[in-house]
Amino acid sequence: MAKEKPGTIQVKSFADHHVITQPNPLRKVLLRVPESDLDDPVGRAEKALAGLSGEFKNWMTIEADRLSAAHEAILRDGFTIDNREELFRAAHDIKGDAATFGFPSAGAAAESLCRIIEHAPDLDQVPSELITHHINAIQAIVRERTKLDTATMASALSKQLRGVADEFLLKVNRDRPEHLEAILAPSIVPAE
Amino acid sequence: MGACFRRDDEFRGRFCNDSLTGTAIWLTPVYRFAGPGRTMYRIDFNKLRFLICDDNPHMRRILRTLLHSFGAREAYEAEDGATALEMYSHYVPDIVITDWAMPIFDGLELAQMIRQPESKGNPYAPIIMLTGHSEKRRVTVARDAGVTEFLAKPISAKGLYQRILNVVANPRPFIKTKTYFGPDRRRNTNNAYIGPERRVGGEMEVMQQPSLLDKARSNV
Repeated sequence: MAKEKPGTIQVKSFADHHVITQPNPLRKVLLRVPESDLDDPVGRAEKALAGLSGEFKNWMTIEADRLSAAHEAILRDGFTIDNREELFRAAHDIKGDAATFGFPSAGAAAESLCRIIEHAPDLDQVPSELITHHINAIQAIVRERTKLDTATMASALSKQLRGVADEFLLKVNRDRPEHLEAILAPSIVPAE
Repeated sequence: MGACFRRDDEFRGRFCNDSLTGTAIWLTPVYRFAGPGRTMYRIDFNKLRFLICDDNPHMRRILRTLLHSFGAREAYEAEDGATALEMYSHYVPDIVITDWAMPIFDGLELAQMIRQPESKGNPYAPIIMLTGHSEKRRVTVARDAGVTEFLAKPISAKGLYQRILNVVANPRPFIKTKTYFGPDRRRNTNNAYIGPERRVGGEMEVMQQPSLLDKARSNV
């Protein structure tokens, strides 16, 4: 292949695809520096994150209350599309944020709830206690975090909920192999 | 831990072989950090412009804090995919960090809309998907939408930094087919792969873009 002018997009065509090599506009941000100028952006960021940690409990309370509000809307109006979406998003946010905020067990319980919402064939057929127990557990984990023995209890509670939820999901999805595969697949995030 | 890497170091990758496709996905760079007296490289975050897209204000605050701590000054924020797409056209960010589950349209759709080869905007910007989804099939779906890097929550400063470092220092060529436009989904050559060859044309013709690190080495 003839040499191209630097900075231009190069396209190599094949029978069913093209390979495009675009100039790297981010090249300018890679700097050579003397060792004495070394810094530690990751360490700096971790310190900054620790500086935010005073707000985490409050943030987690807001997230848990949002989840409860979504659940109340479902108890009032049923599983409408909007209600289902809001319950899933609220649980999904807790699943993603809770460990960062120092509530890993709340995250595990929220993940279990997300799996129910995602894989139950008909949410109206899900025992209402199963969803209510997840919501209550998350609220309890957030509220009771400051007590001494709550970490172990919270972990046991979320594991028990996950066990019950998985048992339910395996039963109701026994004829839905694509869901079974997803339910049984391991997470790419290491367990706590 | 120092976050710079040294000139004469290996730039090795950890490969995750996709058993379904026989290709390797989601390489995470492993940098060996420099010893005394070595030439060092670092990312000048000051010159990078970020677009953060997440419907959760707390996660946006965390991302903003992390990016500013890395040294970034410009980090624009959107709370849904539609706003993010507008901001993408307006601010022309260098790197997009997006959540998956969002209202109006989600992070996956945002990635697909950015990766339009005929669009007036820049279809090549690195997209880092930061999401609470933690199933492997989601990684594959995100990859097939043109996402450059996948970072499963819970977020960590190290994880985010590594993804940014990878898109800056190790860009991949783009592939355009009838059904896909985005970064090359093959991150390594797997000689043990058994299955149909999905690309036609001969492997010797496939052009690789040298990593930024290799380019930097050649300029020294």
